[in-house]
Amino acid sequence: MKDLVGIKELSRESIEEILNTAKAFKEVLGRDIKKVPTLRGKTAINLFFEPSTRTRTSFELAEKRLSLDVLNFSISMSSVVKGETLYDTLKTIEAYNVDYIVIRHSSSGAAKFVAENTNASVINAGDGTNEHPTQALLDAFSILEVKGRLDGLKISIVGDIIHSRVARSNLYLLSNFDTEIRFVGPPTLLPEDAQANVKIFYDLREGLKDADVVMLLRIQFERQNAAFIPSLKEYFHVWGVKKEIFSYLKDDAIIMHPGPMNRGVEISTEVADSSRSIILKQVTNGIATRMAVIYLLKPKGGIVDL
Amino acid sequence: MIDPYNNKEGVADIVINNGVISQVIIKNKIKSLTRKFNSSNNIVEIDAKGFHVFPGLIDMHTHLREPGYEYKETISTGTLAAIKGGFTSVCCMANTNPVNDNPEVTYYILAKAKEEGSCDVYPIGAITKGLKGEELSEMVMLREAGCVAFSDDGMPVMNPLIMRRALEYSKAVGAPIISHCEDLCLSENGVMNEGKLSFYLGLKGIPKASEEIMVSRDVILSRHFKATIHIAHVSTKGSVEIIKRAKEEGVSVTAETCPHYFTLTEDAVSGYNTDAKVNPPLRTNEDKEAIIEALKEGIIDVIATDHAPHHIDEKKVPFNEALNGISGLETAFALSLRLVHENILTLKQLIEKLTVNPSKILKIGKDGIREGSESDLIVVDIKKEWIVDKNKFVSLGKNTPFDGWKLKGKVIFAFKGKKFFDLREE
Repeated sequence: MKDLVGIKELSRESIEEILNTAKAFKEVLGRDIKKVPTLRGKTAINLFFEPSTRTRTSFELAEKRLSLDVLNFSISMSSVVKGETLYDTLKTIEAYNVDYIVIRHSSSGAAKFVAENTNASVINAGDGTNEHPTQALLDAFSILEVKGRLDGLKISIVGDIIHSRVARSNLYLLSNFDTEIRFVGPPTLLPEDAQANVKIFYDLREGLKDADVVMLLRIQFERQNAAFIPSLKEYFHVWGVKKEIFSYLKDDAIIMHPGPMNRGVEISTEVADSSRSIILKQVTNGIATRMAVIYLLKPKGGIVDL
Repeated sequence: MIDPYNNKEGVADIVINNGVISQVIIKNKIKSLTRKFNSSNNIVEIDAKGFHVFPGLIDMHTHLREPGYEYKETISTGTLAAIKGGFTSVCCMANTNPVNDNPEVTYYILAKAKEEGSCDVYPIGAITKGLKGEELSEMVMLREAGCVAFSDDGMPVMNPLIMRRALEYSKAVGAPIISHCEDLCLSENGVMNEGKLSFYLGLKGIPKASEEIMVSRDVILSRHFKATIHIAHVSTKGSVEIIKRAKEEGVSVTAETCPHYFTLTEDAVSGYNTDAKVNPPLRTNEDKEAIIEALKEGIIDVIATDHAPHHIDEKKVPFNEALNGISGLETAFALSLRLVHENILTLKQLIEKLTVNPSKILKIGKDGIREGSESDLIVVDIKKEWIVDKNKFVSLGKNTPFDGWKLKGKVIFAFKGKKFFDLREE
């Protein structure tokens, strides 16, 4: 496989291969010396057209632990402001002969566009509201670590589903397994019509009943201005996950959040800091999962000769 | 020959003399030419046996892009693309730069068309100045300059009061208002049809309600203020139903659709194909079927291309950033002929929607293939199979979702006044 553009394009087998590889890398990360020489002499560029600290940091760490040379190309120093097209930016980067391009962009489909126009391996670090595949992979890895399986689980995803690439990638990933997927939130933030295997709930308690896994999504502050929700206060009142909700969940249910979280909006402090929360484990696992993805991708190679 | 203007069908000899039709002889069966000419250098005889002759097609919805966007299309290339597609008349929309909201722009377009154009060009003026939806443009003066209709196409007239005034005022102008029906509040930032697929692709959807609310509004205004309205590029089943009811109630409403709405569905955008990004967006199969049915029943009067050429740089970008539009002039007729090949429309019904119907709506006075009229006709091999190759387009806009499609039906000759086009490929 040359690129990781989305979970949509992956089979269950390739997902499992990535997750198994991530397990091996997690073991490496537990050592005193956390670096492996695997990709020494290769170059990765983190091409971020949207501000991001945690995803970029996670990728950078993963790349460095694989001994890649790392370049960061972010919006502040990008040519976008000068009117350069994505295609031209990409061609410029290709002329540097990089092997891996990690891209985040505000347009859905941008990662696919980049992948189709370069020989480098492209990893989607979030494209618009389309996908954020490494997040879903690290989420799956984290669930596996705690639960030992994905099959047979009831997973509720709560919040701003329609604007969430994390929700989509998780949906596509979990659909490869025998899972029950639920979308929970205000009707304005849920798709009217998703896939057949998704159940839609407007009521938080119903949507979380007997859940094994609760995935929370960040509520963007600007949603209240565009009439998606009346206020963050009302959102917290109705859909914010608070400690009382624990009685509806399975006894060993876990709470997840891709970060950055808004305490007092989608999650209460008590829940965020509770023993059920595996939010920080997700962060750690992000590095191992991203190492696995980079490791498994095969750039087309071929030096760009100008 | 099929001539819906004069309700004539049959095998015919047509004599064109110096750009004017001098004789039309309808015969019962195919024979050699009834009239023999002295062979002289100035006479060309075309044996069109096995082919069809139709009045030149009219595209009442074209973007010629000139003035202002000559890198996308020019009057020269656009009108030649029209001829290649069988259109001897095109109506060019007002969203040029400057906008066609004052007579100088209209004069410019007409002068350019006269100088460099291959077919007839009928400008459509803007309803509002600068397409801003705020003040009416000087419609009477635009009409006098040569505009045949008024539309802010590309942009809706959002304010219903302005639309009311435009409709009322148009009665004194004597030219119809063509409405681009889109509620911008509902469609804001949308890039494709809203539904399962838009969710799947993570693209912001444009709900069907965005179009249907405006179609409803416009037929209600048309009914109450007794004005004529033409609905551009109908894309949804709901719009068809609203128009059907309005027509039954006697509202003076006509409607058009475009080949892509009865040929494709939203599935064409899968894989983020920017060549299938168009506004209104490609919809679902249910809508496509309803539009085909509406063409059959005559609820939709006209097939127009909404030819919207763009430069490759404007399509070779991520989907959200790509401009809307399909370069349609060179594929529209062959795509429309599919409806005939599939026995949905008769050939005559199809030709009506491409000739006499738009002529009547626009009151441009075309009168078909009759003696004494200027020659304005095409010869078509409706069975000729060909493969769409965007790189062979005459239009500067190579933005088509039909590249590589095998279509049936090709225009082989076109006559427009004194101009004669041999469109056979070497």
